[in-house]
Amino acid sequence: MNPSLIHAIPLSGQVINLCAAIMLLLGFAMLSQRRVLTLINLFMLQGLVLFVSTLIVALTTGQSHLLWSAGLTLILKVFALPYILHRLIRRLSVKWDIETLLNIPTIMLIGIALVVIAFNVAQPISQLSGTITRATIGIALACVLLAFLMLITRSKAVPQVIAFLAMENALFFAATSATYGMPMVVELGIALDVMVGMVILGVFFFQIREQFDSLDIRHMERIRDE
Amino acid sequence: MNFYALFAQLLELVIALIMAPILNGWVNQCRAWLQNRSAPPLLQTYYTLSKLFHKDVLLAHNASSLFRAAPYLIFSCMALASAIVPTLSTELIFSPAADAIALVGLFALARVFIALAGMDVGTSFGSLGSRREMLIGFLAEPALLMVFFTVSLIAQSTSLATIVETLAHRDFVIYPSLAFAGVAFTMVSLAENARVPIDNPTTHLELTMVHEAMILEYSGRHLALIEWAASLKLFAYSCLGIALFFPFGIPSAADPAALAVAAAILVVKLALGGFVMALIETLSAKMRIFRVPEFLGTAFLLAVLAMLVHLLLETGQ
Repeated sequence: MNPSLIHAIPLSGQVINLCAAIMLLLGFAMLSQRRVLTLINLFMLQGLVLFVSTLIVALTTGQSHLLWSAGLTLILKVFALPYILHRLIRRLSVKWDIETLLNIPTIMLIGIALVVIAFNVAQPISQLSGTITRATIGIALACVLLAFLMLITRSKAVPQVIAFLAMENALFFAATSATYGMPMVVELGIALDVMVGMVILGVFFFQIREQFDSLDIRHMERIRDE
Repeated sequence: MNFYALFAQLLELVIALIMAPILNGWVNQCRAWLQNRSAPPLLQTYYTLSKLFHKDVLLAHNASSLFRAAPYLIFSCMALASAIVPTLSTELIFSPAADAIALVGLFALARVFIALAGMDVGTSFGSLGSRREMLIGFLAEPALLMVFFTVSLIAQSTSLATIVETLAHRDFVIYPSLAFAGVAFTMVSLAENARVPIDNPTTHLELTMVHEAMILEYSGRHLALIEWAASLKLFAYSCLGIALFFPFGIPSAADPAALAVAAAILVVKLALGGFVMALIETLSAKMRIFRVPEFLGTAFLLAVLAMLVHLLLETGQ
């Protein structure tokens, strides 16, 4: 281990690394957050960090299409989606909902294990990549796995959707750090997908609540003929 | 050993002893402002201390000699701890003698003695407080050690002076791992200093107090020493936070001009840090005692993450 090697990374690379670390921190914060309202705010913050890191990658590498996707991130993930979610939870009156999470320390320990796995898996991949952000691939992968874990451990519908959106965030981050982002068409398609998915899920929430009188999706495990 | 290092060391100790009650008063003042109360004077802790020093000591009949010795031991531990943390200069005569791990050991020593003293008289509150303190202590200590290990990996040394030297005087580098370590350290220092999410330093409500329950039997100069030691602990933790995460402005040479500038910068940083602490205390509600393991477990995991992030991002593989 050579401590002087970090000095070889340019300042922009360091800022991107910092953004990646904050992404991971927010991932853990979301994993252990009980309140729905705070969860949405954390999601918004994650979008903001994603925007900043994409913007820096775009500016340092001169990839103009990344500027577009940074703008898309800002509009969609910092303003539009949190706004829709805020409105949804207000109309579903679950704004102050607190989810009973069993055993947060255990979930966090599993999260740490996932991070270790992700770092080890990503190491050979990052050696193949030639981008300035290659060190963050491991973190992006870890964020994806953490969002997966959140998807598994949550039982209410709104946090699950937020977990799904966080996973999309992490995938986008992984794409940016590994290959400077996907082609513009793909990115636009995904953005549209997320947007439409959000709207449809919003309708689903109301249907679920009407059917089961609750947003707990465990009720959906018992499907009966009626 | 050179003369300046000795001078800086002595100055640091004196400043710690004088500033610690003021820092405590400042945090209380900020908290009062934030909560729309009229604030106590900045020197309130001094008035309390001088009042307590003038009072007689009342001892329980079955108090052992350990009960009487503990305040002096705790006070000297905390004074030594604040002398080890480099605040004014990295050229200190104590710095080769004690590193970060020895510092954790000093805090642990003080904790063991205050817990023993709490149980010594045999009142139910004392032993209740001691047990809770040990619960908090045994969870907070590994997290604190992990934070130290992370910064030690960055600086390649466990000596606090070398760590500050590395962080403050090399080329400016952003260490993402320090973001994690900083959050973990903040959580640990809230727990260790009996601050609001864990313990309320102003309450004497039986069911919730931790630190106050242990020192319930103390009076007079013993209580004064323990109170002073508590504010020294807060001071030491604040300086530690400054040294590890905001070390800019701590000079490496110990000449008088540099020391004066460093002292001014230190006061500004401490004022800001105290305000942030008061803000955290105002914004958060005290948690149930059984939530504390969760809180400190999170701090430990964050510190572990800091180390992992350091290994991934900062070693340049």
